[in-house]
Amino acid sequence: MTRGFRVAAPLFPAAAALGASFGVLARTAHLNALAAIVMSATTFAGSSQVAAVSVLGAGGSVAAAGVAAMLLNARYAPIGITVAHAFRGSPLKRFAQAQLVVDESWALSGGGTPRFDRRVLLGIGAMLWVAWVGGTAVGAFAGQAIGDTSAFGLDGAFAALFTALLAAQLRDRRRVAAALIGGAVAAILIPFTPPGIPIIAATGAVVVGWRRR
Amino acid sequence: MSAAWACVIVVGVGTFALKAVGPVGVSGRKLPAHVVELLDMVAPAILAALVVTETFAHGRSLVIDARLVGVGAGLVAIVFRAPIWLVVLAGAVATAVARLVT
Repeated sequence: MTRGFRVAAPLFPAAAALGASFGVLARTAHLNALAAIVMSATTFAGSSQVAAVSVLGAGGSVAAAGVAAMLLNARYAPIGITVAHAFRGSPLKRFAQAQLVVDESWALSGGGTPRFDRRVLLGIGAMLWVAWVGGTAVGAFAGQAIGDTSAFGLDGAFAALFTALLAAQLRDRRRVAAALIGGAVAAILIPFTPPGIPIIAATGAVVVGWRRR
Repeated sequence: MSAAWACVIVVGVGTFALKAVGPVGVSGRKLPAHVVELLDMVAPAILAALVVTETFAHGRSLVIDARLVGVGAGLVAIVFRAPIWLVVLAGAVATAVARLVT
């Protein structure tokens, strides 16, 4: 786990700042500070939280917010399956540890590759959880004082992070092909489907393409 | 119960379940070799889709904005084999600067 802490340390400020921007957003969408913090501590999946409170803030129903969030988090089913073999112990323990799976902890610990290390994933996940929940609390309470967090360029930073994690995956032609198909499917679907669908469809396309070979 | 708390509970329970699919539902079982090989392809596909989404998606439209500059700076850092924190920092700074000047 210590190695996980070390790997995640550089991401701590960025994750905390993103958490703060979620906290601010949640308040503008009429969640009180406690609800915002509880949501970050339990859901712990940034994009889906942003989507859900945005739907609520725009006057949408709880059902609409839930559907938007579930579509965005659907990718955690295949992501979890790629690391499932490493989880041991009682179902309750595995259930609890599974909650520390987020895109960053999964990819940075080698998820979906032979060098995957579950303890590194748990270390990264725990550290990012602290940053995310702490950041949310700061944003939810200090809201206006923080100002416009988009000026920090965090969205571009996470796009660059995923690019680096993708580059590390491109070890052979099969994986390059999977990345090209996945990226293309996502790009094509973004204008036509709700957020989240393009990512799950990209996964599905690669699975179908692989089986049809 | 307010809509806000209902939303917190619905999204929380749903996400608990989705994250548990692999580690609770599949764990412990030895997967056949062809499934393992297939799962090797899932990571690059998901990461590529995340890169496209995080760089170009704005709701349901594809846009070119400051984030692309951030990814470009990140790519330069990646090519020079910079550590991951430097890639992230380069991405943030380049995106912030591009946003400031546009």
